[in-house]
Amino acid sequence: MNRRMILYMPMQIIKVQALVMLLPAAISFFYREPCAWSFVICAAAALAFAFLAGWLIHPENKTIYAKEGFVIVALTWVLMSILGAVPFVLSGEIPRFVDALFETVSGFTTTGASILRDVERMSRGLLFWRSLTHWLGGMGILVFFMAIVNISDRPIHIMRAEMPGPIVGKLAPKARETAKILYMIYIALTLLEIIFLKVGGMSLFDASVHAMATAGTGGFGIKNDSVAGYSPYLQWVITVFMLLFGINFNIYFLLLMRNFRAVRSSGELWAYGGIFISATAVIALNLRGIYHSTSELIRQSAFQVSSVMTTTGFSTADFDRWPGLSKAVLLFLMLIGACAGSTAGGLKISRVLILLKAIHREFTKMLHPRSVTVLRLEGKTLDEDVISNTLTYFVIYCIITGGCFLLICLDKFNLETAVSATVACFNNIGPAFGAAGPAQNYAAFSDFSKLVLSAAMLLGRLEIFPLLLALSPVTWIKK
Amino acid sequence: MNIIIAGCGKMGTALTRILVKEGHDITVIDSIPRKANDLINNFDVQGICGNAADSDVLEEANVGKADLFIAFTASDELNMLACFFARHLGAKHTIARIRNTDYNDQSNTFIKQTLNLSMTLNPDQMAAQQMFNILKLPSAMQIETFSNRNIEMIQIKLKPNSPLLEMSLSEIRKRYKVPFLVCTVERGDEVYIPDGSFVLRAGDTVGIVSSPADIQKLLKKFDLLQKQARSIMIMGGSRAAYYLAKKLSFIGNSVKIIDKDAARCRDIAALLPSISVVHGDGTHQELLYEEGIRSMDAFIALTGTDEENILLSVFASSIGVPTVISKVNSEELSRIAARLGLDCVISPTKAVTDLVTRYVRAMDTTAGSKIETLYRVAGDKAEALEFMVSADFRGKEIPLKDLQLKKNTLIAGIVRDRKTIIPAGSDCILPGDSVIVISAGHHYRTLSDIIK
Repeated sequence: MNRRMILYMPMQIIKVQALVMLLPAAISFFYREPCAWSFVICAAAALAFAFLAGWLIHPENKTIYAKEGFVIVALTWVLMSILGAVPFVLSGEIPRFVDALFETVSGFTTTGASILRDVERMSRGLLFWRSLTHWLGGMGILVFFMAIVNISDRPIHIMRAEMPGPIVGKLAPKARETAKILYMIYIALTLLEIIFLKVGGMSLFDASVHAMATAGTGGFGIKNDSVAGYSPYLQWVITVFMLLFGINFNIYFLLLMRNFRAVRSSGELWAYGGIFISATAVIALNLRGIYHSTSELIRQSAFQVSSVMTTTGFSTADFDRWPGLSKAVLLFLMLIGACAGSTAGGLKISRVLILLKAIHREFTKMLHPRSVTVLRLEGKTLDEDVISNTLTYFVIYCIITGGCFLLICLDKFNLETAVSATVACFNNIGPAFGAAGPAQNYAAFSDFSKLVLSAAMLLGRLEIFPLLLALSPVTWIKK
Repeated sequence: MNIIIAGCGKMGTALTRILVKEGHDITVIDSIPRKANDLINNFDVQGICGNAADSDVLEEANVGKADLFIAFTASDELNMLACFFARHLGAKHTIARIRNTDYNDQSNTFIKQTLNLSMTLNPDQMAAQQMFNILKLPSAMQIETFSNRNIEMIQIKLKPNSPLLEMSLSEIRKRYKVPFLVCTVERGDEVYIPDGSFVLRAGDTVGIVSSPADIQKLLKKFDLLQKQARSIMIMGGSRAAYYLAKKLSFIGNSVKIIDKDAARCRDIAALLPSISVVHGDGTHQELLYEEGIRSMDAFIALTGTDEENILLSVFASSIGVPTVISKVNSEELSRIAARLGLDCVISPTKAVTDLVTRYVRAMDTTAGSKIETLYRVAGDKAEALEFMVSADFRGKEIPLKDLQLKKNTLIAGIVRDRKTIIPAGSDCILPGDSVIVISAGHHYRTLSDIIK
């Protein structure tokens, strides 16, 4: 195992992160906020440390394999979460480190669960930093770094470990080109949303903060009522863009390549649209008594469905007070998530499709023991390795959900809160039900629960395997 | 450049490794998912699983934007078809591997023209040519020819009793009065591009450039000249064996091919009536003795498996056959073979990858002096390149001693009007010359690149 490279890569990312921190610092200086200095101090210290450490451990051999890829990604994410929390503590606006860590992990993993009781009192630089963590975490900071420099001769292993979905393919022969294409699409869509929000009357600051939080499917708002206070037009803009960022980015690439046939035949895209429309319809029917005008009824249900299924976590209504059926639908949407290859969390629709197809095949096998079936997805034959990997993933996913739930139950909350908070954090949504509902926050949880939930968020964003492999002794023992 | 490689076998993989290192955008196609996956995991390439002659697969590989399409699948016919389609869908150049002997006679030109191929590759024939060169000059481990055989580079291993030891290269040159240049020295894992003060040691493998006639003289003076091989035993009736035996019997050598497949033996006997074909298992030593291995001038292992070739060659050297050549395709195994004391290892893969690399670099050059020949020498750590000098070369008409060359770069030979010049400091390069450049650690595309 290439230990030098495993330590060296996170140092490189820390340098990038430190430079990125100068952006919120500039905004704080612009608004003459005292927290600007906490960014500068933190960035300077991080840069100094990373340069020293990077110089000391500079690897001769930059070859990495799958194992190194997993460990590099896991280590990078843990370190950058810790570094990202420092400005909150230094500025004194989130004085306790556990709270700041929870907030940062929630940001990078694009969860959007907050411990802030009063968001509106935060300074603008820190609010911007919160949203920026969403934006960087959404597409992946290592992929961002990959677009700038050549990091290794086998970058696919890092890309696979950081990007969500059962199959990670390249759009161009070189990983660096692929990373560039992905970030181009990402930046273009984000700018487009900023323009649409600006047209609707938001200030530039509000528009960029919300656009970044939508792009990463994060969901940190800057108002205590999330986006409920904004006009219906703005809410619709956010609804549509949340849906757009939940789509596999390969689809946008295919559109750019004018390959419309492949887009039309994408099974995942159809399933995604179908789930959105049917869930909106069920919830709208269920809520008929609560909202009186049809337009509000449709807007409220579409916004909440879009927000939850893309695992963003904005809200325009306190869906904790909705009837049981609507809440149950939302809970299922949390588990499923959006498309693979997007910035969203959850199980991912393509995994659900693979699981359903595998179940169907097992049933066919029981009825016709000699039948031979090959599973196909997006017009391609699925490798048996992918199927068994998906099944394993689902089992581990269930075990971790169960384990986290048990640990959260040690806290003082009822069953609904414990279940939904676990699901909402592990699948990177943010607001849950009960004491963690959209009108509440995670401040009331104990430190232990916050740490458990932070771990769950990281596990969810990195799709379990990188963190588990980095922690398992088998990876580290020399044989 | 955008390059698509169809077929991820031994050759496809070796070529991918080299072209990725040269910085090209590679897409690989293979019908077996595991093979495509192996390449994706090991190199920064895009992989597509499917039939290389399926237009959908080709479209997915973005063949319309490809500068070069190379077909290396196991089947000649599939390679031809894939190249034909690729060309129609917009690939600028196509290269197909065509191995079957039926397609490699006069019909080869017809195939190239009809399918609009840029080049066809026949690795077995190339390997056979290399072995043939060595058999004509058996003291060399490897022979590379440049510029219509006006200049050659040979590699020899220095034995402890060699007269070249303990002297600097400039002293050696003074003593022997034959124009030649020592241009590479391989010592252990290191490769040196030596200057005049370099001192050779026993065990070094040195590369020497000179004209073919002078090389004969040199080897005589170095006490290295072995007589040309006359009776040759070839183990394995592969295609390479067929090409080699054909060449050897044509110039009147006695050739004996041993193969364990009766049908294959009959085929070869029918194709080449003048050689003797023996049906039997070459791994049985009794058979080899019976067929007179002890009295052979050369033993060549050309079976289909690298491991078998290595073992057979080790055995042949141990009983004292003067020249032993083995065909080893895998890079890792060649290194092991060298460690086992086999000096003469020929790899069809290397021959093919050298040729394609040369072609790709020449394609990449729009103006200036193009590469005519490329060989990887000294354990693939150095390159011997031949350039045709064009009028825009920056260093023309400047004495070589005034040219500021990059590190580890040497001008080893100039061919002017079919005359070979082993250059000294006062010589100049003129437009129209062919220039041989030896370099380590660079990937030169045009001749002007060698100047600082």
